[in-house]
Amino acid sequence: MATKRRAGAALALLVTSALVVAGCNSGGEDEASSEGELYKNPVTLTWWHNAPQDGPGKTYWEKVAKDFSALHPTVKIEIEAIETNQLQRTRIPAALLSNDPPDVFMSWGGGEMVEQVEADYLKDITDQTKTEVANMGKAAEIWQVNGKQYGLPFRMGIEGIWYNKDMFAQAGISAPPTTFEELNAAVTKLKAINVTPIAVGAGDKWPAAHWWYNFALRACSVDTLKKASKDKVFDDPCFVKAGQDLKAFIDTKPFQNNFIATPGQNDPTSANGLLANGKAAMELMGDWNRGTLDNVATDKAKLAKFLGWFPVPAISGSAGDPKAALGGGDGFACSKKAPAECVEFLKYIASPEVQKGYAETGTGLPVVKGAEAGITDPALKSILQATSEASYVQLWLDTAYGSTVGTAMNDGIVGIFSGKGTPEQVVAGMKAAASK
Amino acid sequence: MTSTDRTRFPAGGVSAPPAGRRPAGRPSSRRAETRRKWYEIIGLTTPALVVYVMFVLVPMGFAVYYSLFRWRGVGPPTEYIGFKNYTLAFQDPIFLDALRNNAIIVFGSLLIQGPVALGIALLLNRRFRGRAVFRLLVFVPYVLAEVTVGIMWKLILAEDGTVDALLRSLGLGSLVQAWLADLDVVIWTLLFVLTWKYVGFAIILLLAGLSNVPHELTEAAAIDGASWWQTQRHVTLPLLGPTIRIWMFLSMIGSLQVFDVIWVTSVPAMRSLGASGTMATYMVDNGFFARLWGYGNAVAVILFAISFVAALLFQRFLLRRDIEGAITKGAN
Repeated sequence: MATKRRAGAALALLVTSALVVAGCNSGGEDEASSEGELYKNPVTLTWWHNAPQDGPGKTYWEKVAKDFSALHPTVKIEIEAIETNQLQRTRIPAALLSNDPPDVFMSWGGGEMVEQVEADYLKDITDQTKTEVANMGKAAEIWQVNGKQYGLPFRMGIEGIWYNKDMFAQAGISAPPTTFEELNAAVTKLKAINVTPIAVGAGDKWPAAHWWYNFALRACSVDTLKKASKDKVFDDPCFVKAGQDLKAFIDTKPFQNNFIATPGQNDPTSANGLLANGKAAMELMGDWNRGTLDNVATDKAKLAKFLGWFPVPAISGSAGDPKAALGGGDGFACSKKAPAECVEFLKYIASPEVQKGYAETGTGLPVVKGAEAGITDPALKSILQATSEASYVQLWLDTAYGSTVGTAMNDGIVGIFSGKGTPEQVVAGMKAAASK
Repeated sequence: MTSTDRTRFPAGGVSAPPAGRRPAGRPSSRRAETRRKWYEIIGLTTPALVVYVMFVLVPMGFAVYYSLFRWRGVGPPTEYIGFKNYTLAFQDPIFLDALRNNAIIVFGSLLIQGPVALGIALLLNRRFRGRAVFRLLVFVPYVLAEVTVGIMWKLILAEDGTVDALLRSLGLGSLVQAWLADLDVVIWTLLFVLTWKYVGFAIILLLAGLSNVPHELTEAAAIDGASWWQTQRHVTLPLLGPTIRIWMFLSMIGSLQVFDVIWVTSVPAMRSLGASGTMATYMVDNGFFARLWGYGNAVAVILFAISFVAALLFQRFLLRRDIEGAITKGAN
């Protein structure tokens, strides 16, 4: 009997100590090596990005990792490709909290990054990346917190309206609308030839919310928007005005049937599926849409022929800057404990050659000067031009305000789309969330 | 006689260990035996207990602890706010909608799946050609993964999809709805999909129960001149009681915690407008997507408490007869 008991105790001890050791092992050790020791010791960088679907984006990142390892044989890169929402909402926050974060991971900048910096999760890369940041211009600012650089973008662009040139021609619309009056007129003309004027993926909330963001961009001054991002105070009446303008716009019935349940992307029945396959004439979306449209198009050649792009029209007599645009990008950041090679890898991704290669994939706009040569698609070229002409680029509001306010805001906006919510409820929801 | 006795109480009677006192031996040997028994209990349960404590009880404790904080999941929780997360939840109309949707699914499942499953099980319990094929067919939906089912029904129920086409071809075009896009319709559509998915499970359980109904009894009833219906009503159904009650219990708990089919089949906008969300989807939407980790934990605790109380009440009032004797009260 006694032997049995001792055996049991030993087993229990073994199990517990194994667990303890496993727990300890996950953190610590990766002491950042100093500059002089760069590439001296073998390191493994774990890299989490958001291009899990087979396509040019995923293939390109694999090539980038391989090339970097070839240049620096001491560095091994392990890639994990994870779907965006899962990556941003569950995997990264949990990994950061668990003390075992990936070395290089996706970052959108804005409110989420502020929180991560405050919790001391991210590596300050200000000194090492001065050249890259200078070469990016204003785009790099979104990845700064209190003047310090914590990440580098690889993709950045403004949002606009993607449209079907053939349908516009059929409806007798001679030029892309530059004001909302012209947009409304275009909607009427498209309806006259029995075409769904605008596709919107309200089912996923954010594509619908982007309409409200654009109305807010037109209704609010740049100062108001900047202040709101910083202080999370939404008292300015322009935020209610945005909802009223949106409501008036929805009342003109520009969207497809049942838009409240239409998904946003990556599905033939989604909003970009409708545009890609000639079932709707317009869609409001960012620069990455070029790649996602290709994914859902049954006839890619036909899509390339009819696809056009124009900036979001101005609203006459509004307080906002008519030349301001909404935009954002994807970037990567290094976790605090990542080895110094991590920063070198970020710099490598931001180098003109890698950026040019990224531009050639056609999945988004590069951020570094000198990479434009890689852009071949005419729609992407017009976005690049509009981005450089924009007087001010406001980061997507849900990213800028952080997930909590952003989610409440998007929920409120979808309420307007569903016909149940009011412009005032959007702002009330944002204020309540800010205090949650 | 004993064989009949055993088959009469399929749920409880079989596994119940014999109760009653052992004959008392000499005091010292009795003590040794008691000690040996304790070693056995400790030795056999410790591994399971360790796993259970580590992966069930400890996380539950953490959930309760975190739910008392205002915490966005960045850095350790520091801002203690007591039960404010709980009061916030019950003030949120979307959470109350989620509760209502859960109630619809609980009662909808019990009231629709039960009778349907019983009817089909009674039919399938008769001998006829191709019975195995039919049994297989009703069970297929239950075997399919939830995500597959969700995507499949999404396509079938899409605007101008199969269902709409079918209704139109039958001249019932006026019944066509925005099945997954109408705020008032979507929860009933989802209830239908859930019923389709899980009714097979109920049927299989009931068929297992039916196979335990002794042939002698139905035969005797037939000899006494009972019709098929009378046999079912007075012989089969009463004997199926324990099986039905167990199924009700599983169905209720499953319905309270339902997540995946809802998540996949209906879009995020439907959930956040309160039209299709359940407590579980509300928890994920708020805990992860809105990054309200403390609040999400509070919702998880509420979901647990509701399920736990429902389970206890069910056991106390409905399952009591079935599990009597299965609990070894005072048998040492």
